[in-house]
Order: sequence, then structure tokens, then C-alpha cells
Amino acid sequence: MAAKSDLPQGTLDLLILKVVALGPVHGYAIAQRLQQVSRDVVQVPQGSLYPALHRLENRGLLAADWNETETGREAKFYRLTRKGRAQLEAESASWQRLTEAVALILRMSDGGAQ
Amino acid sequence: MTWWHRLLRRNQMEAQLDKELQWHLDQHAADLVARGHAPEEAGRLARRALGGPEQVKEECRDARGTRWVENLWQDFRYALRTLRQRPGFAAVALLTLALGTGATTVMFTVINGVLLKPLPYPDPDRLVSLQEQTEKATQWGNLWAFTYPNYLDCKRESRSLDMATWRYDGGIVSKPGAAEYVEGAQISSELFSILGVSISQGRAFLPEEDRPGAPPVAIVSDGLWKRRFGASLAAIGAALVFDGKTYTVVGITPAGFGLSDFEPDVFTPIGQITEPYMHDREAHFGFRVWARLRPGATLARARAELAVVGRQLAGQYPKSNAGRTFIGDPLRPDVGDVRSTLWLLLGAVTLVLLIACVNIASLLLARAASRERELAMRVALGASRGRLARQCLTESAVLGLSGGLFGILLATVGMRPFVALWPGTLPRAEGVRLDWHVLLFALAVSLASGLLFGLAPALRAPARELERALHAGSRSVAGSSRRLHAGFVVSEIALAVVLLVSAGMLGRTLLHLSSLDPGVNIHNILTARTALSPDTLASAARTRAAWQDILDRARRVPGVQSVTIVDTVPMREGNNQIGYWTTPAEPPADQQQLTSATSVTPDYLKVVGTPLRQGRFFTDQDRLGAEGVVVIDEVMAQQAFAGKEPIGQHLWIGMGSDPMRVVGVVGHVRYWGAADDDRTKVRAQLYYPFAQVPDNYLRRWSELMSIAVRTSVPPLQVVEPLRREVRGATGDQVLYEVRTMEQLAGDTLARQRFLLVLFGIFAGLALLLACIGIYGVQAYLTSRRVPEIGVRMALGATPHGVQWMVLRESLGMLAAGVAVGVTGALAAARLLVRLVDGMQTGGPATFALTLSVLVAAALFASFLPARRASRIDPMRALRQE
Repeated sequence: MAAKSDLPQGTLDLLILKVVALGPVHGYAIAQRLQQVSRDVVQVPQGSLYPALHRLENRGLLAADWNETETGREAKFYRLTRKGRAQLEAESASWQRLTEAVALILRMSDGGAQ
Repeated sequence: MTWWHRLLRRNQMEAQLDKELQWHLDQHAADLVARGHAPEEAGRLARRALGGPEQVKEECRDARGTRWVENLWQDFRYALRTLRQRPGFAAVALLTLALGTGATTVMFTVINGVLLKPLPYPDPDRLVSLQEQTEKATQWGNLWAFTYPNYLDCKRESRSLDMATWRYDGGIVSKPGAAEYVEGAQISSELFSILGVSISQGRAFLPEEDRPGAPPVAIVSDGLWKRRFGASLAAIGAALVFDGKTYTVVGITPAGFGLSDFEPDVFTPIGQITEPYMHDREAHFGFRVWARLRPGATLARARAELAVVGRQLAGQYPKSNAGRTFIGDPLRPDVGDVRSTLWLLLGAVTLVLLIACVNIASLLLARAASRERELAMRVALGASRGRLARQCLTESAVLGLSGGLFGILLATVGMRPFVALWPGTLPRAEGVRLDWHVLLFALAVSLASGLLFGLAPALRAPARELERALHAGSRSVAGSSRRLHAGFVVSEIALAVVLLVSAGMLGRTLLHLSSLDPGVNIHNILTARTALSPDTLASAARTRAAWQDILDRARRVPGVQSVTIVDTVPMREGNNQIGYWTTPAEPPADQQQLTSATSVTPDYLKVVGTPLRQGRFFTDQDRLGAEGVVVIDEVMAQQAFAGKEPIGQHLWIGMGSDPMRVVGVVGHVRYWGAADDDRTKVRAQLYYPFAQVPDNYLRRWSELMSIAVRTSVPPLQVVEPLRREVRGATGDQVLYEVRTMEQLAGDTLARQRFLLVLFGIFAGLALLLACIGIYGVQAYLTSRRVPEIGVRMALGATPHGVQWMVLRESLGMLAAGVAVGVTGALAAARLLVRLVDGMQTGGPATFALTLSVLVAAALFASFLPARRASRIDPMRALRQE
């Protein structure tokens, strides 16, 4: 499990924001979706999902409402706030830059070895 | 949702958290069941995937950001619980703290009211006080009151300041009502508007009333209005006879209005004075100049302007203004030597508070040591060490704050008696009350003391050797707290030494000062300032006759033995220093020798009882027209005519050009009181006959004279007969500032006595607290050594030996405490010598005396635990092990 879920610091927040951006969704569904979309590469330790959700809610990046699910029970649905959307855009952009930069460096060192 | 929202809706949040997690688990389990797991198996898997539910919840709670408040609340309740569990400890600690913070709060309240509060005018920080400054300083310094022409020029030239001037004035109000002496002020018309004070009834002076020849108008104080006009609105426009002149009242000041701490009853326009000094740049008649900075102006700019004006005037009038400039400083209340007294007392009281803190710290530490197992257990159960330290600090902060609360209560009760105890009147006493500054201070002090005494236990709280603490019981860690406890005792002793020695030195000083011969026989003398009827001041002849009449009438009062009139009464304030010279040519002012000159009538020596050493005193023949004569004291005889026979020598004082012949020598009088006489620069004294005061000075002198009588009965008994007798033909001659010489002499030592009383109280408290401290520590330490002592006794130690072992430890701590304390006391002695007049350190004798008291008390306190230790039954002690 450790090898699969070793997310870089702060990445979990970014992923959560991205998933929630698609529409109101509850905690369990977020965990499921993260796992499905990443084809099981990213397995969120469920224990740290909820603290992360609450932290994002406190920072005003997420808002939450209690709504009925299709099964008729009440569940806590998270949605992105305007502030959250801005944060998501900023963070995805910087993540993009970072990964490109890391890729460049990796490629360069390959070239150096040849 | 804000954080306090989240805090307030904590229960709801908890319920939602449970619900959310439960939903997650159910959902996960349902999925697993759908994939073919058995329902029970599915639930177990779901729970495992989520992790420990409590752990997850804790992390979610952390994410809320309100964690610290919740912890604080939890710690707070825990602290209250533990305090309730030990009511004895709580009571002692709270009482100690309440005394410490209470006394400190009282002192600070007084300091706040008297020293720190701004003057009671709007925008007081924009007010400026102006003075003349000379390049050369004389014996009176280099700062001077203004002359009227200089004031007018500064006022006209300044662009940054709006100025007003005022001077002291006093006189008899003889209508409406009976004659009464009141204090007054002559003021310029702008004064009220510059201070920002509006008149409560009527109006302030108009600019056109502030010049010679304008109709005489007056403003009266709220007090005089109520006293003399029955608070009637008809007072506006009514007549007021002040100093023989009839004024029309135009306004009444608001209640409590004063010029800084001076509260005059009658205000008159300063510009109506027609005396020559209004045009004289050399005559300094005490014009005070106050100003307000105009909007946008700064003090620096105002100062620069004043310097320019000073240079211009110096060039224009070199005779009077060369080397003279003008300076401005923020207007502050004038409180005299009260400042140093108050800070001294605050310092002393802080030492008491520190001792109280140390005491409680050692109590708490002893408790913490006995709770070591509990704390170790909690660390083992997962409490973080920081968390435990925080909890210890919360406990002591709660203790400190509750102690502080009691202290504030004590302070509210103790404030008035303290102010009433103050020698003389405390300036600005009406401003002394609890306000938010004081509450903030008290809160800060109690919180700080709480943290101070909580620090030691808190730092120790994370038990270092957990396992040992857990299974070895509390005894094994006693050793490490031992040194800390000893440190507490040493610091308590040291602090107590400082206070005790200071009190000892003050006592010694007071003894010494009281034993000094004042040079007068202070018993059975009554003195009173005397105001002649204004009518009699019209001519010199009438004035002289009026004084003679007063002497004759006073002599007839039953119980009066002898009477004199005198300008400056010994030990009452007054300034009578003049220069003198012994060769005909007058030396420049800064090279003249100075003497205190007193004008008296022939019976003066009979009244005050100063001994005549040589020659004769004055007679009725020493009058104007006869040869000018003076009598000098021993000090002046030595200073002016060292070695030569003083009788028959001549000297000159600045009164007429004729020499004065010395006809007698009298004993030295401690004019400024027992303490001040040795420190005053001018000790020489000279007497001259009031009858020889030239006519042109007579009016001014008559404003200053007092009457002094020696009585055969208690002096206060003659006050009323004397008042009746000297009232004069028109019934408007009054006595005021009536004092016995004993009161005056007592007042000169009042400050020393007051300091001694308070330092005595503080030192007693300190001694008591230190003894309780040393007793508590020794009792605690020996109780933890019971098994050890049992072993010693089983191995042959005698009870005597055990006692000695405990006492030796106390002696060690005492010696260290005294050593540190004596260093502190020496520093305190230097401070006291600088701040208290006539202070005598008393040398090693004072130290030896006070220290032996301390050592005896401390040994007694530690004797009780020592005796208990020596009575330990070895068998029982060993079984306890």
C-alpha cells in the first residue's frame, strides 16, 4: 500500500479539489473516484481523506451540504467554492510547471549519460 | 463558519462527524457486499480500510483549528478540579497571592492616578509649559518664570503656539459673607480657551477686560460659588470684595477645575495689574506661561520659534535678556517628591509579590513531584509532553488569576485607607481610582506571577525517566527537585533580607533625625499666616501701626506668653535666601555668599526658644532711622567672619546701601527640617528687625508675614481667641495656614515615617512568607527522606544528630540567601540614600541587627521539621519502604 499511495506533500488536496470540481460529491465517492480514475495507482488512505476534507472546508476552499442520496439517506456533499476553484487553477498550473520541469531534468540527465 | 462558531457548535459538529464517517463505512460495506463479501466480513474490511475511528476523528478535530481552545477549556476545568481537591493548599496559595497582587495593585493604582494620568484637559498632550532659560545657572538653577513683557513678545511672535499666562495670588474675600483668606490666580483672558475648559455659568474674560483700566471682573470657583453665593444664579453680576477691591462676578468654573493641582477660588484678569513690574523685563514676578500647539504645529517647531524670539530679544534688550532664551516642554502635573516615594514603594511591594510567587512555586513543585507517577502514567498513555507542560501552566495561571481577582477586591477595599494614610495631601488624589489601566495591570501581574511560579513544575512535568517513575514510586526522584527547592528558599531569604535591611535603615534614619536638635523649642508654639486689612496697606505708617496693633492684641489673649511676627517660620516652606557681602563694594550676583534672612520683631527669641550665644537680640529701639542691625547664627558667624569676633562687624544685604552692624549671635536653627538642613546649600542664617524694613518694601513684606505665639496652654486652644482678637477695626484681618510648630516639625519627617511604616509592613510580610517557605520546603524534603532517616537511625544516628542534619541544611540555604540578599540590600541602600532625605545606612550595625532577626526566625521555622525528623521511628520508616 505504501508504494501505491505515497503522494507528494500537498498533492492530496489538489486531487480532492479536482474531483470535487466535477460536481457535488460525498467523501466515500471521492475516495472511490480517485482510485478508479488513477487506475488504482493512487490509493488514498481513507483515514487521511476526512481530515483533508475538513481542513479544506475550514480554509473555505470547499463547502458542504447535507443532501439526500439516491438511497434516501443523508450524506455530506462537498462542492467547490469560488475560492476553491481559484486555488485549484493556481495549483494545477503550478503542478503542471513542476512536472514539466522535473521531466525536462530527467530527460537531460538521460542525455548526459549517453 | 468562523472558528468561534465552530467552537460554539461543537456538539453538532461532533454528531455530523459521526454521521459522515458512519455513512462512509456503511457505503463501503454495501459495495463490498455487492462484490460478494459476507455482510460481517464486509463491515470488518470497511472499518479496517478507514483506520481507527477515534484517530480519524481526532485528526478531523485538529483540522477544525479550534483545538487549542478546547484543550484550554479542558485544562481549565481540570485545574479547578485539582484546586478543589486540595482546599488547604488552594486557600494558602490564594491568600498569599491575593496579598501580593492586592498590595501591588494598590501601589500601581496610586502611581497611575498620580503620575501616569494626563492632566484633566482635552488633548492634554498638545499643552506646553514655557519657561525662561539662562546660559548661566545660579544656585536656583537656570530656569525661570516669565516676565510680562517677554511673555507678550513670545505670544505675538509665535506661529505654533496659542499662549496664556497666570500667576499665584491670594487674598481676603470680605463680601459676601465673613472675611476669609482664599487662594486666587491672576490669569490672561485666553487661559480657559487654551486649556479647552468651558465656564459652567456665565463667561470667561474678554480680551478687552484683560488690560489696565478695564472694569474689575472676577471668575469664582464652583466651591466658592456654593459656599458664598449659595449656588444661586444671581451670583453672575453680583459684587465680590477681594483684597479690598470690588469685582463683578462674570463666571463660575466647573467643579474640580484647577490649574494642574492648584485650585484657586478667585480668578482676576492679569492685564489689569498696574504695578511697574508689568513693564519690567528684569522683574521676575512668577508669570507662568502655558500654551497649546496650534493644529498641525509640532513641539519641535514651536521650540525653534521660541529660540529665534529669544535671540531677537537678547539683541534688542541686552541688559535684561542677554544669554536668556525661552523653552517649551509638555505640560505635566507637578507632583514633587511623591514620584520617588511611589516608585520606591512599588519596588518594595514587588519584592513581596516575588516572595509570594516563589513560595507558591515551591508548593506547586512539591505537589508536582508527588504527582510524578500520575504524570508519567499519562505520558505512557500517549499524552505529549508539551501538552502536559501546557496543562501545568494552565493550572498555575488559573491559580494566579484567581489570586489576582481576590487581590483586585483587596485593592478596592484598601485604596482609600492608603490614600488617607499619605502624609500631607497626596497630589491629584482625586484621580486615584480603579480604571481599565489598573485592571489590565492587575491582570497582567497575576498572569505573569502565575506563569512565573508555574514554570518550574511545568518544565519538570515531562518526567524524564518514565519507567523509573512508574515502578519505583515517587521517592526515587526526590533528589532532582532538591536543588530547585533549595534555590527557592535561597531566593526568598535574599528578597526578605533586602526588605528587612531597608526597613532597618529607615528606622535608624528616623531615630537619628528625631534625635537632632531643631534649634527651636517646638512645643507650645502656634503659627499662622496673617493677612492685614487691605485698607491698612495704603500707607507705610498705617501698615506699621496695624502690625503693632496685632502684636499688642495678641499679647492680651489669655494663655499667650509672647508674640512675634516673622516672615519665614522655621520648617514651613518659604524662600528667603539673599546674598550678602562684608566689604562696601557689591560683588556680582553669582559671587555673593548666601544666607537665609528672616525679619522678626524683638520677642522672636522668646517665642521660638533659640538660644542667644553672644551680644544682644533686637529691641524696640532698632527701628527705621536708627542704625541698621542684624543678628546672625553660629554658622554664618563662622562663614562670614571666620575666627574674628563677629559682634560689631558690618555687612551689607541688598536692602539700602547702609551697612548693617552685627549685634548678636544665636544658635543654628534647622530651618528646612531635621533631614534637609544638612543637605541644603545655604545654612547661614541672618535675622533683621521687621521695624527696619524700608517703606517701599513694606507692602510686599506685609503680604508674607506670619504671627507666632508661645503659649502656656496647648497651642490649639488659643486659635479662636486669637482669630477674634486680631480681626481688626474693619473685621477683615484673618489668620490662615494655622499650624503648631510640632505639626510643622512632624511634617518634615512625615515622608520618612510613612516609608518606614510601609517598609516595616512589607518586611514583616516578607519575613513571614519566607519563614512559611522554609518551613514548607523542609517539611516536604524531610517527609520524603523518612526511609533514609530511618536507615540512618537504624544504623546508629542519634535524634540529636538527625536534627542537626536538617538544621545544617537550613543553615546552608540561609547563608547563601543572606549572602545574595546583602548584595541586594547594599544596592537598595544606595537607592534609598539618593531618594530619601537624611537617609543613614547605619553601617554594619543595622545589617547585624536585622539579619539576626531573620536568621532566628528562619531557624525556628526549620526547627519544627527537624524535630519531627528526629522523632521518626526507624522500624516504621523502614516498613514504609
